Amino acid sequence: MRILGNKTVGQSTSTYRGERGLAASPLRSAIRRRAPWLRGDTALAILVLIPSIIAVAVFIYGFIIWTGYISTVKWNTVVEDHTFVGLQNWIQLFKMDRFHWDLRNLALYAVGFMSQCIVFGFLIAVLLDQKIKGEALFRTIVIFPFAVSGIVTGVAWRWLMQPTTGINLLFVKMGLENFYFEWNAHPKWGILAITIAAAWQFTGYVMALYLAGLRGISEEVREAARVDGAGTWALYRRIIIPLLMPVTFTAIVLTGMGSIRVFDLVTILAGPAFTTDTLAFHMYQSTFGQYRFSMGATVGFFMILLSLFLVVPYLRSMQFEAER
Amino acid sequence: MSLQRFWSRGAIYLVLIAFCLFYLMPFYVMFITGLKPYEDLNVTRMWDLPKGIYLEGIIEAWKRVAPNFRNSAMITIPAALISSFIGSMNGYVFAKWRFPGSDTLFVLFLVGMFLPYQGILIPLVRTLQIVGLYGSPVGLIMVHCIFGIPITALLFRSYYASIPNELIDASKIDGCGFLGIYRYVLLPISMPAFAVVLLWQFTSIWNDYLIGLVVLSSPRLAPINVAVQNIAGSWSVEWNVQMSAALIAALPTIVVYLALGKLFMRGLLAGSLKG
Amino acid sequence: MSHRYLNRREFLKVAALLGGTAILAACAPKAAPTTPPKKEEAAPPVAKATAPPKVEEAAGELEIFSWWTSGGEVEALNAVYEIFSAAYPKVTIENAALAGGQGQGGNMKALLETRMMGGEPPDSFQVHLGRELIDSHVIADRMEPLDWLYAEEGWYDVFPEDVVDIASYEGKPYSVPVNIHRSNVMWYRPSRLAEVGVTEPPATWDDFFVVAADLKVAGIPAMAIAEQGGGGGFCGHVLENILVSVMGPAKYRGLFDGSTAWDDEVVTKSLEIMDRILDYANRDYLSTSWGDINDRFVSDDGPAMMVMGDWTHGVLMSKGFKDYHWTTAPGTAGLFMVLSDSFGLPKNAPHRNNAVAFLRIIGSKDGQDAFNPIKGSIPARTDGDRSKYDEYLNEAMDDFGTDEGVPSIQHGAAVKQSFLVDYDIGLADLAANHDVAKAQRMLVEAAKVADLGE
Repeated sequence: MRILGNKTVGQSTSTYRGERGLAASPLRSAIRRRAPWLRGDTALAILVLIPSIIAVAVFIYGFIIWTGYISTVKWNTVVEDHTFVGLQNWIQLFKMDRFHWDLRNLALYAVGFMSQCIVFGFLIAVLLDQKIKGEALFRTIVIFPFAVSGIVTGVAWRWLMQPTTGINLLFVKMGLENFYFEWNAHPKWGILAITIAAAWQFTGYVMALYLAGLRGISEEVREAARVDGAGTWALYRRIIIPLLMPVTFTAIVLTGMGSIRVFDLVTILAGPAFTTDTLAFHMYQSTFGQYRFSMGATVGFFMILLSLFLVVPYLRSMQFEAER
Repeated sequence: MSLQRFWSRGAIYLVLIAFCLFYLMPFYVMFITGLKPYEDLNVTRMWDLPKGIYLEGIIEAWKRVAPNFRNSAMITIPAALISSFIGSMNGYVFAKWRFPGSDTLFVLFLVGMFLPYQGILIPLVRTLQIVGLYGSPVGLIMVHCIFGIPITALLFRSYYASIPNELIDASKIDGCGFLGIYRYVLLPISMPAFAVVLLWQFTSIWNDYLIGLVVLSSPRLAPINVAVQNIAGSWSVEWNVQMSAALIAALPTIVVYLALGKLFMRGLLAGSLKG
Repeated sequence: MSHRYLNRREFLKVAALLGGTAILAACAPKAAPTTPPKKEEAAPPVAKATAPPKVEEAAGELEIFSWWTSGGEVEALNAVYEIFSAAYPKVTIENAALAGGQGQGGNMKALLETRMMGGEPPDSFQVHLGRELIDSHVIADRMEPLDWLYAEEGWYDVFPEDVVDIASYEGKPYSVPVNIHRSNVMWYRPSRLAEVGVTEPPATWDDFFVVAADLKVAGIPAMAIAEQGGGGGFCGHVLENILVSVMGPAKYRGLFDGSTAWDDEVVTKSLEIMDRILDYANRDYLSTSWGDINDRFVSDDGPAMMVMGDWTHGVLMSKGFKDYHWTTAPGTAGLFMVLSDSFGLPKNAPHRNNAVAFLRIIGSKDGQDAFNPIKGSIPARTDGDRSKYDEYLNEAMDDFGTDEGVPSIQHGAAVKQSFLVDYDIGLADLAANHDVAKAQRMLVEAAKVADLGE
């Protein structure tokens, strides 16, 4: 067989590097003829995995349980208090005005973020797929924002969203003299303004996913559709979009996760009171700003539960793919 | 080409250019603001090009964040290297050494990839304090490596899974065991995967804010994104300094991305598309 | 992915990039060495009300936490450090200063809490005198009482009784105040007021609204407001001055011990005044941050008045701004709304001797007279050298001696940190939605959750 360029790999007569191993362990070649080496090596494989298993078990699963535990005790001041109070923190949380705002903002943010990323990501990918000149350049520019952090994105966009300058100024220069919008400081829709900055950063990634997906759709499929008389619009609607469903699904899951987790951007672009509050920021402020550790743990654990809703179906679908 | 086609091609380019302007706009603002002198910082003149190149903003910003830049480098590079290596070993095991339960184990690992850090901040801080690693760069490196386990394992597993098993079998016949296969077969051809994973981890860790904020015990040890947020949030720090600081923070990942964009793309795609 | 070898060029590129970053990082000026806190020369066990430790030959390190990162603040602190270093040249001072995030000192307070919680305190840290310290670290039993130090240094005679009271918990003071700031000051621009024919700043809120209406007609914002973010605290500052002007000092103090309810109509009235003020504020008050407000104030089309603490004086001076003067916030003549920066002694401070030495200096006449003129505050000591302080500060020192003192809410004298966060959020909500009833409900809820008055 031909792999690795021109080197032919196969039997031991080749210049294959394994010969060194062969030369070094004649004893081993005796052992290997028996079944046990298989099991010995598998044991080694598992051994290699064990540190990671322990780390994941402790730092991820163990910590999740620990957080869950803290959410059931009464530790809401600096004095550490482990009196068990069951679901009291949870009940308090669900009654909190701030929590309702968090959920509202999560829904709005998710919708805004997801739709911008998917719609624009798909659109740009489709355009880039049209065999245009300079595709690499366009692609590079669109993904550019993904390389920078949420903080840098926030710093830049905070100035763009200042009502007296930034985007508003641009509109004024273009002739709309009285254009004035508060963007992220808007008392009702500030959270949507933040999704613009978030989508700016992430659309490139979604676009790359779609582009790869489009490239994976063979020419024959498109030819066949054309032969059948499908116009461009029908081609996309009936064939390409459905074929790209897995990518869309992935994009939804990833942007959904991003919506639950968003912290850096919201810290910098914060609007008044709860208008742009998120679960993540609520958790941080309760814990590190107000020393209400149990409340913070409750919010944190809730975020984990919410994430599981997204993660579990996604991983199940991955397993299906792997099995196919 | 036909007139209609000309217009539709033209429209495509127009739309793409419009999008590109949108994606470049914030960089433009950051860049020109960073180059302006303090007197030039004015709400009405934000979009105007600077009258010359004034370095005072950049110099002041560098003075403030240079230690943090160094911290980030000292944390990110080792963490990226170590977590890539760990991921490579783990990916190898998951891809080529199936044992009963290894698939379930892998899925359990992947759940960690989706973890919102807020769900484990308090235990994380407490554990590090108990172990004595709170506030130390070593502790932060360890944390990043651990949180990188799922994604690096996923990337390497995808890569190794696509290596034909015949290759492995051939080497087994030649006398390679577990380590031999890794050393003589997989490692030599893993360079593309390493490049991808290193880049991905470098970018994620460099751009991190929350973990660096919570795990480090002193302002002096803070990584660069924490430092930039501090500057952005503090009393009357001039805009040119703020923007310059943000640019400095963004520079390494941008440079890395520009130089190795293709590999970066491969990294993006491999993680999310199955196989 | 293809399984070819990474070609030489690409591999070199990766290596070069990683190497380049490493080299660049190595070239960056080295941060001060990280020495893990080591126990200094056998620190004596935590003293109750007795034996102070010897401080000659102090050596080693001294880690001081603060959120003083702006001009004026940094120099003031450095002035104290100079005095300290002159007395103890062998001690290396590590100035750990982290700016705000959410509200004043936000990130710093979070960082401090995490370290205290983990049993790794700094040697000393800046904290607002009063409930902010008491409800965060004193009740958690993490601070040493300082009555013995006060007695030794004679501070009981030199600090005003009110101040010592604020600093104390169960009869013992827990921190050393370095300065006194006044919250109830209104800064105004005579030139702007002159544009509508006003020569004297308004003395009551009713007067204010008359002037504000005229200013509005002339297109001038009457009041500077900077309420950006989830709960910046600017309106919180203004409101505390409105509260005391509406209900008087006695009832005001009742807000913190439960005797005045937060749903009382005097609170409603105060919130209504706050709401009305917003109508006359700079248009972009929801997007202007506290850090930017001074720039707005000095700009040509800036607001005419601003209710803000007297650190503003130092900031405006540092901008070379001259067109301003001051008066007491409307309705608060004869009152001195106190806030104070102070330093305490955490238990198990890694370099306890050095920390105590630092506290002695920060409470001394020389230390305070070096710090305060630069910072723009008056010394907590009543024996400050008047000649070192400028016109405003001398006036303030006079008033401090004669006026009735009331504790500030916004700056941690009267309330605990967790309540303050909710209080500020409530006011940010008012600023965004103009719903007085809702804001009041939020304040009532905040007071309840924080167990104010228990």
